[in-house]
Parts: sequence; C-alpha cells; structure tokens
Amino acid sequence: MALVGASGWTVLALSRGEEVSAAWMVAAALGSYAIAYRFYSKFIANRVLKVDKTRATPAERLDNGIDFHPTDRRVLLGHHFAAIAGAGPLVGPVLAAQMGYLPGTIWIIVGVIFAGAVQDMVVLFFSTRRDGRSLGQMAREEIGPFGGAAALLAAFAIMIILLGVLALVVVNALAQSPWGTFSIAMTIPIALLMGFYLRLIRPGRVTEVSLIGVALLLFAIVAGRWVAESSLADTFTLEPSTLVIWMVAYGFVASVLPVWMLLAPRDYLSTFMKIGTIGLLALGVVIALPTLKMDAVTDFASRGDGPVFAGSLFPFVFITIACGALSGFHALISSGTTPKMIQKETQVRMIGYGSMLMESSVAVMALIAASIIDPGLYFAMNAPAGVIGDSVQSASQAVANFGYSISPKELADAAKNVEEATLLSRTGGAPTLAVGVSEIFSQVTGGGLRAFWYHFAIMFEALFILTALDAGTRVGRFMLQDMLGNVYKPFRNVSWKPGLVLTSAAVVGLWGYFLWVGVHEPLGGINQLFPIFGIANQLLAAVALAVCTTLLVKSGRLKWAWITGIPLAWDATVTLTASWQKVFSSDPRVGFFQQRANYQDGIDAGKVLPPAKNMDDMHTIVTNSTVDGVLSAVLAVLIVVVIVDAARICVRHLRNPEASRLSETPYVESKLVAPAGLIPTQEEKAELAAASRDGEVTQAS
Amino acid sequence: MTVLLRGLRWVRWYVRELTGESAYERYVAHVRRDHPTASVPSRRDFERMLTNRQESDPRHGFRCC
Repeated sequence: MALVGASGWTVLALSRGEEVSAAWMVAAALGSYAIAYRFYSKFIANRVLKVDKTRATPAERLDNGIDFHPTDRRVLLGHHFAAIAGAGPLVGPVLAAQMGYLPGTIWIIVGVIFAGAVQDMVVLFFSTRRDGRSLGQMAREEIGPFGGAAALLAAFAIMIILLGVLALVVVNALAQSPWGTFSIAMTIPIALLMGFYLRLIRPGRVTEVSLIGVALLLFAIVAGRWVAESSLADTFTLEPSTLVIWMVAYGFVASVLPVWMLLAPRDYLSTFMKIGTIGLLALGVVIALPTLKMDAVTDFASRGDGPVFAGSLFPFVFITIACGALSGFHALISSGTTPKMIQKETQVRMIGYGSMLMESSVAVMALIAASIIDPGLYFAMNAPAGVIGDSVQSASQAVANFGYSISPKELADAAKNVEEATLLSRTGGAPTLAVGVSEIFSQVTGGGLRAFWYHFAIMFEALFILTALDAGTRVGRFMLQDMLGNVYKPFRNVSWKPGLVLTSAAVVGLWGYFLWVGVHEPLGGINQLFPIFGIANQLLAAVALAVCTTLLVKSGRLKWAWITGIPLAWDATVTLTASWQKVFSSDPRVGFFQQRANYQDGIDAGKVLPPAKNMDDMHTIVTNSTVDGVLSAVLAVLIVVVIVDAARICVRHLRNPEASRLSETPYVESKLVAPAGLIPTQEEKAELAAASRDGEVTQAS
Repeated sequence: MTVLLRGLRWVRWYVRELTGESAYERYVAHVRRDHPTASVPSRRDFERMLTNRQESDPRHGFRCC
C-alpha cells in the first residue's frame, strides 16, 4: 500500500509538460489514506482519545428505538457518509483546478489526513461522551456563553452564504438550458408523488418508492431532450434573473410545507442518486483511466490573477477546497445525529475518520473530472462573462490571453456535444464537473450518450442542492426562531405559524439576496462570493477545532492537544490571511475595499471601468464590494472571538484545573458486544461467539 | 447458491437498515421488550410521528452541503 501511494506521488510530482494518467492521482490518494487510517487514526483513537469499548454509548444507555439506538457499524458508516457528502466536495475542487491539479490534490489528501478526518473523529468522540450534544451546545458548555454565541452566529451566517452560493451554482447550470430546467422542474412532481405514496398508500416502504422515483427521474432526463427539441423549449429557456425568482419561491414554499410532502422524498431521491453516481464515477475513473490535461501548477497559482477566483495559491486554494479536505459543516453531523447511533466508542475511528477519507476520495474524483477536460474549455467555462465576452470568438481570444488555446469552433462543438446553447461562463463548478463526468462516462459507454451523461450529472448536483435549500432554510429558520425567542417568547414555539412563516421568509430573503447579487454581479458572482463562502466554512471548522482542542486540554490530554491544535492553527492562519487580503489587499481583484474605492473613483470621475458596462453596473459593484468586504471582516472577527475565548478557557484550566468543569456523562458499563472495524478481528469474533452463546444481545453480522 | 442467497439477503438487510425502512420493526421490538404494557403504534402512525419530529426540529436527519 505504501508503495502504491509512493509511486503515485512520485509520478505526480515529477511529471512536467506531459500528460499524466489519473490513475496516479488515485494511487497517491488511496495509498496515503490506507497508511493514515492504519497508523494515524489508530494512534489518535487508542493513545489520545483512549476509546473505551467497555463504556456504554448513548445509543446503548438511552435506546428509545428512534433516534437513540445502537446501529450496526456498517449501516452507520453508510448513514454518516451519506450525511456528510454532498455538493461541497464536488464544487470546490473544480474551481481550485485553476491553480493546476497538484495544489488541490496535495491539500485534499494532506488536509483530510491531518485536519478534516481528525476533526470529524474527535468531534464524534466528544459528542458521544456527551449524549450526542450538538457543536453549539458543546461550545456553550465547555467554552462559555460568549464563544457559544459567536459559534451560533457563525453557523447562521454560514448557512445563509452557503445557501446563496449553492443556489447560484444551480442558476448558472440551468440558465438558458431547457433540457436541464425541465428535468429539474420534474423532480418536484416526482417528489410529491413519492411523498403522497409514502404517506397514504404504503407508509415506510422507502426502497420501493425510491426505485420508482429514480426510474421517473431517469425518464425525466431523457424527456428533457424531447422538450428541448420541441415547441415547449421556449417555456423552459429561462434567464438567470427569472430562475432566481423561481428558486426563492421554491425555497420558501418548500420550507413551509410539511416535511413528508417534499423534503423527505427528495432526500431519499438525492441520497440514492448520490451514492449511485459516486459509485459509478469511481468505477468510471478506474475503467477509463483518463489522462490529466490541466497543468500540474498553472501560472495563476503564483500570479494570483486567475479568472475563476482572484488571489494566489496561499491562502485561496485552502479556502476554496473545504469539503473533502477540512469541512466545519461535518462537525454538525458528527455531533448530533451519529453519536446517538454508534454502538461502541471504538467505532469512532471507522465512522468518523473512515467516512471523511471516503469523502476526500470524492473530492479527488471531482478534481480529476475537472482536470481531464481541455484547459482552454475549462477557463472559457469558468471565467466570468465580463472577462471573456459572450461570443465564442471573444472567449477564444480571452483564453489565449490566459496562455491557453481553444478555437471558436472547438468551443461551439463542446457545447453542441452536450446539447447546450453555450458553455461560456457557466461558472459555479457544476457544468464543468458535468462535462468531465460526461467525458469519463461516455468513454466507458463507447463514446456515446455524451449529452445524456452531461444532463445526468447536472441533475444529480441540482437535485441535492435543491434539497439542501429546503433543509438548510429549515435549519436556518430554527436558529432564527431560537434567537428571536429570546426577544419575543412566541417565536420559540417552532410550530407557531406566523413566526414560522416570518422566519422562513427572513431566511429565504437573506440567501435570496446573495443569490440575486451573485447573478447580477458584473465582476462574476462565483468569483466574488465563493471566497466568502470558503472563509465562512473554514470559520466553522475553526469553531469545531477550537472546541476539540479545549476539550483535549480540559480532559487532561494537554500533551496531545496538538492533534487538533495544529490543524486549528493552520485553519486560522489560512482563514485570517484570506479575510485580511479580502479586506485590506491593494489589488482591486482581491481586496473588496480597494475594489470599492476604484469604482467609486470611476463614478466620481464619470468614467465607466470595464467589466462594468454602464453607470448602473458601477454602482452595483460599489454596493456589492462594500457588503462583501464588511462580511469578510465580520467573519474574521468571529473567528478571533471564538479562538481567544477558547484560549482563555484553556489557560484558566491549566492555572487552576480544579475550577474547570467537564460536562462528560459518567461511566456506565457496556453490555453490548460489537467489533470496532469493518472486519472483526479474531479476538472480536471470539467475543461475538461467546456473547451469542450466552444469549446476550448482539448485532447482526 | 446458498452463498448467493446469503449475499442477497445481506444486501436486502443493509438497504432496509440504511433507508430506515426497518425503523418500524425496530421500534416495535423496542417497545415490546422495554415497555411490555405500552401499546404499539400502527406503521402509519409511527411514520407520521417520525416526520413530525423532523418538522419540530429540522436538525433531525440534516445533511451537509
């Protein structure tokens, strides 16, 4: 395994100016994961956390047959993975490919081993020791009300920005695409049908209804082509601003409808599609073994003037790729749902660390998909319209200025291959990923079905982004209801209808604002907003890592506090450098306030600065840059508050250990017998056999 | 043949567990074991209870981006 990993890394590192097979990237990743899992995760579990197989988990002690129940480790692995992997690991790596495939690959693999997977596992462990407390509750209890409030505010801010950016990804993928718009629109009646089926006809029969749903979904993708070629095409050819209105309306209506009607069935659909497509993609990469066409490291990495997002490799690659390397969001899953289902503390290694390695491999596949397409096409698809113009000629010229070449005909053919009107400036990552996926899948299916696979990939991403809009709006609303409940009591009752409608509208309005701004941003919505999203996501990781580090110190593991302390220091450095540059950089492409100043000067002088087309654009840029700059600054302040507060608690504990209180649930002896890893060891097999002889409760194996 | 059959049975078990289709049976077994005198809800009522729980706290079953 070590040899496989080492040869993968060697080829990736040494190859310059020639095309490298994606197989080496897969080898480097899998080899590294295997070593890390075998040694580092074991070290953390046994030496640092000292997981105790004799200690009963909340699932065993509080078993209520619903959310607390000991779940087979292999089932829980599937559950946890399905909950953490979404659009995130697919979007970030695609955008980061502008720096070349190497920086992204290194960060995804090294980041997951030393930061991301460690965070997920440690949070899972501490939450399991606290009856499945959420990250916010742990922050409040272990750090204090100040840090806790900052954490809550951070989580809310992230939710809003996340939803805005995800919605923007969908709008950019569906604009002017009748095929895509029709198939996505069809998911609504399909989900409704499934919802009513489950509610009224066959309650709880999830597998059969999901199979029906997936079949209908595939039919909707096929039918999309017929619609695109029929007289209905105009009805489904929508402008970005029209799509914004549809998305906002959908987000609001979906979030106030009962869960069973739309959200639950949609969730089944997207989970089925997600696991299926990820499996297919892994298979496709291994069978097709495409070659990487992107440079290992592009000039944008050092110059910092890339068209996809501005700024140099450090710090921006590390905030662009969050999910897949280090994702703060996972802390919300690792605390809360999963700890209530885990059979044994010893399983945090397999569930927490293992699932995150799996997600990381998804990110590697996304990076591969983005790196196998022609770099010229990649930049034409991912640069804002303001930079490359709106004709294949101007785009071809602009790409040549970036140092790559693609002819106008090649650009037109690429769009025709996937039956889209145009692929220019289809920013947001989803269309690029879809082109890469269609390339891989069509190689497997003998060169055909390219357009079908493209729309399949678009559908797959849009499906769970729409689900996330609904679920995320509900969670954001829940946070807002909780916050407003402190001011006006009735808000706290989550089923109080006026409060529910009002808070739902507020949350949708907030992310809708960012969506609207993103769509109308003359400088390119993804270009401007994605860095803020990255900063916000890494901010949540900082909160999670700060909570972990504080807990390690408070539980007498000071010697091992570096396990999460170093990732925290790295994460804070990256995030604060990024926000510093976003606020103070004198490069107008990077610094929001410099950008604002330049355009304000332009307005004062009565001049229109490109890519603005008129005075209205100039004013739009000034307003947006101000909002974005202030937001970056606020996020940075929140990070500092949480870290300083956590440091204060750590120092206080070290000075006076007796005074600090650890809210860990007392030890109760476990009566369950369950293996720690995927495959039971000889010793565990003997234990299982002995337990079943004694008639103890054991799990199916 | 028995290997194939066992494999298929395992897949069926795994899918039912993963999708939550077996949640009702698990709940009934739990109630019968730990609260023998309590009444067992019908499957319809049980599934409704589950979605109502998610309604009142959307963090139940929340997924990441």
